Amino acid sequence: MKRMAVMTGCYLTWCFFNWVPGLQALIIGLPVAALVVYLTENIPYGKVSALHFQPGRHLRFIFHYMPIFWWEHFKANVEVAYRVLHPRLPIRPAVVRVKTELKTDIGLTLLANSVSLVPGTTSVDLDHEKGILYVHCMYVSPTDVDGVAKRRVQRFEKILVKIFE
Amino acid sequence: MLETIGLIFIGLGLAFDVFGCIGMVRLPDVYLRLQAGTKCVTLGTCGILFGTFLIMGFSAGGIKALLCMFFIVLTNAVSAHAIARSAHKAGVKMWEGTIVDHYAEDQGEKK
Repeated sequence: MKRMAVMTGCYLTWCFFNWVPGLQALIIGLPVAALVVYLTENIPYGKVSALHFQPGRHLRFIFHYMPIFWWEHFKANVEVAYRVLHPRLPIRPAVVRVKTELKTDIGLTLLANSVSLVPGTTSVDLDHEKGILYVHCMYVSPTDVDGVAKRRVQRFEKILVKIFE
Repeated sequence: MLETIGLIFIGLGLAFDVFGCIGMVRLPDVYLRLQAGTKCVTLGTCGILFGTFLIMGFSAGGIKALLCMFFIVLTNAVSAHAIARSAHKAGVKMWEGTIVDHYAEDQGEKK
């Protein structure tokens, strides 16, 4: 099952890289994909759960989550650009802990990666049992230390909880 | 029309790449440089690739640009997280202006 999934993924990637795939590319792709499956067999994958096979969730992820994510990404990028270009460099970095309510592996992974991908915050570590995400922030406000990170995490979390819980 | 939009995307992407590079030079420590070096460059490079896709359409080059976007988004987040975590575990000092480090506090409790 896992092997089939990896093989299909590799083969599709190969086909896209050889766009438009001719007969030659299609035939060569099969042994190449099989070779990749053979070579990466020792890499432990996470458990395949039922969440991976519900297309409704995937569609909601792409059409509900992605636009919001890219908009946040763009806004944060402008903010970081402003801080970097400012002559006095107005940054107040800190590592703060943020509680999260997500329990599933895939939800936590997506949350941590989203936080990492948005400029101004990086997820440093994740405490799986307590559900705590450690986030490195470029700027924290003087009165409310974990406010910025918390707002950002909750914004993503709100949607991810609906999709993956 | 599409070509103009593509060129706008490429221009924006280049601008964000430049900001990222300036950030790499100006910011004081590993973690902050990591932010400039990975995030700004994610949007910048994705912008350039998306502009390329708009100009070339669904041809050999356009599809490759889309695939590269996908892989950049996947790998950048993971690598940023991995570098930040390993730097913290290896004991790389944070900038003296850092306000608070909850992670070090919690790690200290465990030991």
